[in-house]
Amino acid sequence: MAVIRRVAQAGTVESSDIMITLSPVEAGSGIEIELESPVLRQFGRQIRKVLETALQEAGVAAAKVYANDKGALDCTIRARLKTALNRALEEEVKA
Amino acid sequence: MNRLRRTMMYVPGNNPGKLQSAGIYGADSIIFDLEDAVAVTEKDAARDLVASAVRDIRYPCEVAVRINHISTPFGHDDLRCILEAKPDMIRLPKAEYPEEIKVIADLIGRAEAKYGYPAGSIKMMASIESAQGLVNACAIAKADPRMAAIALGGEDFIADLNTTRSADGAELAYARSQIVVAARVAKIHAIDSVSTILNDDEAFLREARMIKQLGFDGKSCVHPRQVELMHKVYTPTAKEVAQARRILDGIKLALERKSGVIAVDGKMVDGPIITRAERIIAYAAVVGMNKEDADE
Amino acid sequence: MSNEAKRNLPDFIEGYGPVKPYRGPFATAPSGRRSGGKIALDVPHSEKLLRSIDQAIEAVGLQDGMTISFHHHFRSGDHVPGLVLAAIARKGIRNLTLAPSSLHENSDILIPLLEQGVVTAIQTSGGRGEVGRYITHGRLAKPTIFRSHGGRPRALASGELVVDVAFLGAPTCDIYGNINGVHGKSACGSLGYAMVDAAHADKVVAITDNLVQQPIFPISIPQDQVDFIVEVDSIGDPAKIATKVLRFTTDPRELLIAQRAAAVMEHSGLFQDGFSFQLGGGGASMAVARYIKEKMLAHKISGGFGLGGIGGVFAQMMEEGLFRMAFDAQSFDLAAVESLKKNPNHLEISASQYANPHTKGPLVNRLDMVFLGATEVDVDFNVNGLTDSNGMVMGASGGQSDTAAGAKLTVVCAPLLRGRLPIVRERVHTVVTPGETVDVIVTDYGVAVNPRRQDILARLKDSPLEVMAIEDLQRKALELTGVPDSVPVSDKIVGVVEYRDGTVIDVIRRPE
Repeated sequence: MAVIRRVAQAGTVESSDIMITLSPVEAGSGIEIELESPVLRQFGRQIRKVLETALQEAGVAAAKVYANDKGALDCTIRARLKTALNRALEEEVKA
Repeated sequence: MNRLRRTMMYVPGNNPGKLQSAGIYGADSIIFDLEDAVAVTEKDAARDLVASAVRDIRYPCEVAVRINHISTPFGHDDLRCILEAKPDMIRLPKAEYPEEIKVIADLIGRAEAKYGYPAGSIKMMASIESAQGLVNACAIAKADPRMAAIALGGEDFIADLNTTRSADGAELAYARSQIVVAARVAKIHAIDSVSTILNDDEAFLREARMIKQLGFDGKSCVHPRQVELMHKVYTPTAKEVAQARRILDGIKLALERKSGVIAVDGKMVDGPIITRAERIIAYAAVVGMNKEDADE
Repeated sequence: MSNEAKRNLPDFIEGYGPVKPYRGPFATAPSGRRSGGKIALDVPHSEKLLRSIDQAIEAVGLQDGMTISFHHHFRSGDHVPGLVLAAIARKGIRNLTLAPSSLHENSDILIPLLEQGVVTAIQTSGGRGEVGRYITHGRLAKPTIFRSHGGRPRALASGELVVDVAFLGAPTCDIYGNINGVHGKSACGSLGYAMVDAAHADKVVAITDNLVQQPIFPISIPQDQVDFIVEVDSIGDPAKIATKVLRFTTDPRELLIAQRAAAVMEHSGLFQDGFSFQLGGGGASMAVARYIKEKMLAHKISGGFGLGGIGGVFAQMMEEGLFRMAFDAQSFDLAAVESLKKNPNHLEISASQYANPHTKGPLVNRLDMVFLGATEVDVDFNVNGLTDSNGMVMGASGGQSDTAAGAKLTVVCAPLLRGRLPIVRERVHTVVTPGETVDVIVTDYGVAVNPRRQDILARLKDSPLEVMAIEDLQRKALELTGVPDSVPVSDKIVGVVEYRDGTVIDVIRRPE
């Protein structure tokens, strides 16, 4: 299981991108997603699902996710989350 | 000639908007750039983004990824991440020795086996950006069967020569010719350097016609407008197609009649002319010029 | 009840009245006589010039519940509605219906007046920004009526829209009330949309910052239609009324779409000597003009007339002899204003001459082709330019349905996606222009032709353009974005979208 111990961020707030910030939470408190998006009504549900699935596959059971979406496609959301996760875990190794 | 590479358009690797619409401008190949277009602090992000786009988006053209050189801290990570997504091609910057090509070709081969992709399905190309690279151009072009093209990286090459870019490009003349020769020996494509001309169509067209005349199969591009102009230069005219067709028909007829001497439009037709006619017809077929157009 | 655009409509809408359903572009025939303003008497040597807007409001007898109008020729530089409505609010007049020809980005200043109840209903072409949100959220007492640029003069002429007082910003006005838009520091060019208000309103007040002696030339709105004149320091911000020349876009995606739109024209069979066309006002449209010009020069074809909003790019083409005439209902930039002033072939026309379907000859009926933008299109070729796909009012009906109905070839240009929103959809949120009047959709991913136009389809298939079924474009969009969740709406109707003939083509319901 992967544990997020540090704040890590990936992506930008340019159009078609998404900025994802991962923050640690207490073990067992689950995944908390805060999502801002111009397409919340039509795609909010799907964006959350993509984030949840990707975290699950990475073995992350507890984290706070702040996603500032600017109309990103699913492939972009997955990539930005992956980078943020790698950054969170990599920094942890260094520390 | 089963694939054209008249235009290989660079797309910065860390820009989701540009990545997702990279296919709409009609370039024969798009090159997602992980090297010069990406800041050192964003190499990881660009790599993840490009891999994700290559995996998920259906592009209507060849998809190449320019990785960082394998001597940098990023090159091997790029390959690990990108190969799994199966791009059509890996482009290596600043190639200087055939050994570099073999190292990458080997990594590609292992990735193909690991992920179950057909062996040899991921191609390679390399760009020559230094005097050392140019001296080895032929060996680099022939280094591995995956090699599909060899390109000139003009700006770096000019800096390595201790000179600067001029309007007529005299400083690149030798390298350009060398690269075309190397490509012909290896029977792969020769791709010219990107042009820095963005706002002068006439100047760009002059350069495009010049490199076509030198024998290049195409050019690296940085803007959709360059793609459009290149295709204009590289598309055979209806007249050229019609003439090529007459030549090939003439040969067919001569062979049927077992006639020794072939003449079309009052001119003797020999080997090189036939080769050229065949190349024009092949071009016309790939760009979708049909018989009606040619007959106009 | 369901109309010809397959939209479900109630028989009666509270605050609007009985619903006449849309039956087809020319299926509903009009009847009755033209309606005009009240008959007036002017005695010799009377004084029309008043001291203030306050005095004008008293002089016209403005009362609670009346309908007032403005024109939108000053775009986002307009000071007139702000000045007039502030004066009205000070007098304690309430419950007005606001019926301007359109609302621009600067209309956010109206919000306090809406909240105070000075204005409680709107009839116009579109809404943007905060006013768009206000309308969408159902905060007005009545549903907003949206009319096209041709539908509005039709409604004025039929008496469906009765304007009690028109407050008309006048770039130049003489002391007896003759007005033009080409002179003065606030010059906006054509006054095409103001002309119909002057012709039909019961009372007309000219508000000017360039009062001159009688007479002036040219005269766009004549003295016999103007009751009073008020001089103020400034009717608008010249820098925002008209920019020098609308610039070409440099966005490669917009250029790509523009280039394809021009190629559609080239291969449509209509690209012949004397052809006529209309463009929208955006940067992308200007780019279409550039490519059309290239093709006209290459094929040695010269055009007949350009219609509607006229920009400097078109004025220049006319100057170069590429087109014979311009019919200008709205000048897009200062270069067009100059051209209207100087070029005798550049004619000012009223919104009614431009697009009113219930006259003996709107100019849209003579159009060969029109290039339009859209917020959404659907697989039935219906076009929306008024709301976004969330159902928020953020655009305008404009001349879209008028020109589409009139032109031989209607080309709609739009990107396949905006951010993550697919623009080619199963069903547009709001139908403004019915699919049966739309012929070609041009996107950055390919071109689709309405199956009703087999003639155009055959021609474009023989061209270098990549023609695909509209369903394939939609699939391509969804492949990239995923399938959007539908936007649930409540029963409350916040907007009524009239087709140009006064029938109802769609309604806007408040999103939940």
